[in-house]
Amino acid sequence: MNLDNCLMQHSPAAPRTQPQSLTDLFVSFSVLALQGFGGVLAVAQRELVERKRWMTNEEFVEEWAVAQIMPGPNVINLGIMIGGRYFGLRGALAALAGMLLAPMLIILVLALLYAQYANHRGVIGALRGMGAVAAGLIAATGLKLFPALRRNALGLGPCAVLCVLCFAAVAILRWPLAYVLLGLGLTACALAYRKLTP
Amino acid sequence: MSEVLHLAWSDWLQLFTHYLSLSLLAVGGAITTAPDMHRFLVEQQGWLSDSQFNASIAIAQAAPGPNVLFVALMGWHVGLNAGGLWPALFGVLVSMLGIMLPSSALTYFASRWSHANRELRAVRAFKQGMAPIVIALLIATGWILASAHGEPARDWPLWLTTVITTLIVWRTRLHLVWLLVAGALLGWFGIL
Repeated sequence: MNLDNCLMQHSPAAPRTQPQSLTDLFVSFSVLALQGFGGVLAVAQRELVERKRWMTNEEFVEEWAVAQIMPGPNVINLGIMIGGRYFGLRGALAALAGMLLAPMLIILVLALLYAQYANHRGVIGALRGMGAVAAGLIAATGLKLFPALRRNALGLGPCAVLCVLCFAAVAILRWPLAYVLLGLGLTACALAYRKLTP
Repeated sequence: MSEVLHLAWSDWLQLFTHYLSLSLLAVGGAITTAPDMHRFLVEQQGWLSDSQFNASIAIAQAAPGPNVLFVALMGWHVGLNAGGLWPALFGVLVSMLGIMLPSSALTYFASRWSHANRELRAVRAFKQGMAPIVIALLIATGWILASAHGEPARDWPLWLTTVITTLIVWRTRLHLVWLLVAGALLGWFGIL
């Protein structure tokens, strides 16, 4: 409760809200998933933090860390975590169903259409264009979350160094994610552990 | 595949357990285990053709929703090969249950535990320490997706689109769907 209060003081905008019901969870995550082309993450931050205000940027990064480290699709993991937080198992299932059901129907229809139009020039071009936009959406989400590091226990400087190292390892050197998470992730957690008061 | 595939119950069970076993290995998303799916479904069992495998991934990337739905499409195609609509729907069910069940259950219990113990020093250290890593991973993912555009010298309009999108999303609150529509239109008319 204390933690919540202190986070709210820091957030400049309106106070946080929370999901009202299982239906609210289901609909919210359906809407979220249906906007997510080429991955749902960019939309998740926009919807959950900026529009619904179910969480702050800081909380989003923290939850995302758990969602990312767990096996399975990270956006779905995030839904399970948020749904579970407010409504237990039923909430987790409502979020999961919301995230999967409507997109699944659409994707099956697309699979039927794709068989006919896969070689159409316009379709190929449109997919290229949407791919380029999707890349920008995800990169921008990372940039938007960066200010959340200002209050990180590690301090902004070490955070920036870790960011650069991680980006270089994954994007430039193309090391496997598992090694990067084990190497850099463990180092970062150990550093944070030392900085935090027991 | 012109011939109808004959799948016994034991084969469906194998399909289910294959995805079940990959579920907990899929750190960083199910797509990281796609090479193993290819080995099993295409090379070993011959349940899917190469083009069906690739189409499953391409369609899921282009469609709205979580990318993990490419697994549903693989199940769908296996079922289609096995004889039609009902086996296809059954394939969707079997493969999605397999890939989702273990990882979702683990996430559910892990997040309940970490929330109940959120004041614990180790839990706080994990979340604080992982924050810069997670943020860098997002930017890296954008970079890797953009690199799929190919040569910057030839495909510079695509790169430019990515950069402009990044700036707009970062700095404004324009609805993301408009950007995707714009990208699709530019691509459709061959400008990108």
